[in-house]
Amino acid sequence: MTSLTAGSTTPHKKGWYARNEIKVTPWLFLLPGILFFAVYVIAPIFQSFWISFHEWDGLGEKTYIGFANYERLATDRKFEVSFWNNLKWLFLYLLAIPLGLFIALLLNQKVWGIRLYKSLFFFPFVISQVVVGLVFSWFYLPREGLLNAVLVTFGMEPVNILGHPGTATYGIIAAGLWPQTAYCMILYLTGLNAVDPEQVEAARLDGAKGYKMLWYVILPQLRPATFIAFVVTIIGALRSFDLISVMTNGGPFGSTRVLSFFMYEESFSEFGFRMGYGAAIAVVLFLLMLCFIGYFLWSMFQDEKEGR
Amino acid sequence: MSFNLKTTLAALAATTMLAGPALADLTGNLRIMSDMSNPAPRAAMEGLAAEFGAMHPELNIELEIVDREAWKTQIRNALTANAPDVINWYAANRMGPYVDAGLFEDISDMYEDGSLPGLDAVKGAMTLDGKQWGVPYTYYQWGIYYREDMFKDLGLVEPVTFDDELANCQKIVDSGKKCYAIGTKFLWTAGGWFDYMNMRTNGFDFHMQLARGEVAWTDERVKETFANWRKIIDMGGYIDDHQSYSWQEALKFMTDGDAASYLIGNFAVPHLREAGLDDTQIDFYQFPTIADVPQGEDAPTDTFHIPANASNKDNARAFLQFVTSADVQTKLNAGDSLGQLPVNAASSVDADEFLEQGFEMLSTNAQGGVAQFFDRDFPAEMASMGMEGLQEFMVFPDNLDDILARLEEARGRIYK
Repeated sequence: MTSLTAGSTTPHKKGWYARNEIKVTPWLFLLPGILFFAVYVIAPIFQSFWISFHEWDGLGEKTYIGFANYERLATDRKFEVSFWNNLKWLFLYLLAIPLGLFIALLLNQKVWGIRLYKSLFFFPFVISQVVVGLVFSWFYLPREGLLNAVLVTFGMEPVNILGHPGTATYGIIAAGLWPQTAYCMILYLTGLNAVDPEQVEAARLDGAKGYKMLWYVILPQLRPATFIAFVVTIIGALRSFDLISVMTNGGPFGSTRVLSFFMYEESFSEFGFRMGYGAAIAVVLFLLMLCFIGYFLWSMFQDEKEGR
Repeated sequence: MSFNLKTTLAALAATTMLAGPALADLTGNLRIMSDMSNPAPRAAMEGLAAEFGAMHPELNIELEIVDREAWKTQIRNALTANAPDVINWYAANRMGPYVDAGLFEDISDMYEDGSLPGLDAVKGAMTLDGKQWGVPYTYYQWGIYYREDMFKDLGLVEPVTFDDELANCQKIVDSGKKCYAIGTKFLWTAGGWFDYMNMRTNGFDFHMQLARGEVAWTDERVKETFANWRKIIDMGGYIDDHQSYSWQEALKFMTDGDAASYLIGNFAVPHLREAGLDDTQIDFYQFPTIADVPQGEDAPTDTFHIPANASNKDNARAFLQFVTSADVQTKLNAGDSLGQLPVNAASSVDADEFLEQGFEMLSTNAQGGVAQFFDRDFPAEMASMGMEGLQEFMVFPDNLDDILARLEEARGRIYK
């Protein structure tokens, strides 16, 4: 405060700040952001790396054990299960993109009351993931659930989707797709607004319609929307923590764990006192995400270059 | 009237600075952080704080009640940063991580100098490394709660041996019902079954050796436990899809009359009564005997501790003394409050069918010893891996060898 007033009352003396004002000011504005980013994001990343080389219960002293945590990860079946589940999430979650596109195309028309339908379709994205998880776990309940009520009326055997290790993960992914599809839909709806009507008109004159129109005329113009939908879906799949925690708590017998849930369980949960091991999982997850994000940044960079 | 008198005395003591030990009026603050968040325990805890406050009008009591499940993970932060003066936790090995990290106050002196009379019987559960780290405030029996009316309809009597139990179960299964309700979604209920199966098959001492990591999970005796347990699984004794229910959700099978009994702690009784069952419809029996070994019982104890970083330790000690005193214990554990068993030997057990039976069982028929519970006797990581394996066994009993090999591998790593 004092230095600022001092600087403003003596403008003609040409102090260091006055001479370098143009260069320094942007950094001054950035400084709080950089500081917080460094303290709360960058530093903890390196801390996690550091902790992953230790055995630590989160309370007492750390003991350095080198790469032992990583060696254990390589043979840990829980890690293997979590890793494969993560991959299932990554690929199946991408279904949200075509589903979202389909609904967006369906809703992109001028019918009376279409705004109401649009908001109803968007509704699942607005409610919290925890609520989505609860609703779906009731839907799947082995005896009382709506799904089984429907199956039984059609004369089929009731199923316990969340109780069976083979189906539980798919059940949760299906629950996750519900809000994610809504999200992709809204991205595509805004994208469709920006589609050039002249191009559509020209294509129509050239005789394009239906599938060809969609593939060669509409979709290329939706590329920015697809890109964003891709990014948010991948990120959504990698942080699929809340649904798992609410719907199965990682069970039955750990078959629905993903890396983020596994990490939480090892380090922070009721019986988790293995911060070092948890940090090692976090590092692996970080590297996995880095690959994806690196790819996105690279392709975004390529697009920018083309644009110029 | 009494209120006025107290404030006058307190004012007098404060102004003249003559507060002697007879008055022992506490001043300053006392921050209590409690996990007694279910309706009945919450009311009990609030009552305790209010009563203690009335005894010490100069004391500023701050009571914060945290969700019981959330507390299991929040305790770490609470103990390290800005620690309260009194907290809730559990006995035995569950204290281990905090004791090892020096976060619990050693209160052995209170047990030695006689300020905690009547707690000799429960001292063991509070002891780690030869010192005591807190006081218990309640405990409860585990056992089989059953539908008396269903048993009557089928002409069954309370079984004494495991063979009786299996015979009963066969009749129940034949009548189209299930013998046992259980909800293993949160795993620990399966731990109760294992505790009893193992304590009855191999005895309490063996069970504790297993908890301390001195016996291999692949030991023949452990396999025998599972073989006995499997008899019930194979005959279809448990409700289907139990891995999808919490213990509360599984109660419905019992209240609807689809399952005849439930191996659970006494905390289930209020729920059964609320669901409309009266005491002629529910009853309790001790887990039947399998091998000829002295019976061990699960009787988990809930506790109060002083964090090592607390700022008002003297007030906290006075509170622990107050909570464990005979009269307070009688009132706190009465049927209209917690509805559990008092820890003080001089307290009296409330006249309640289940509390009386439980107290009788634990004081006369648990010669083997009293265990805390699977997740409190086994170290944290072993407990979580173990319970996951137990749940898997209950659903896929054929995976047993794989499960035991996994647990044995974990045992080699966890106990050093």
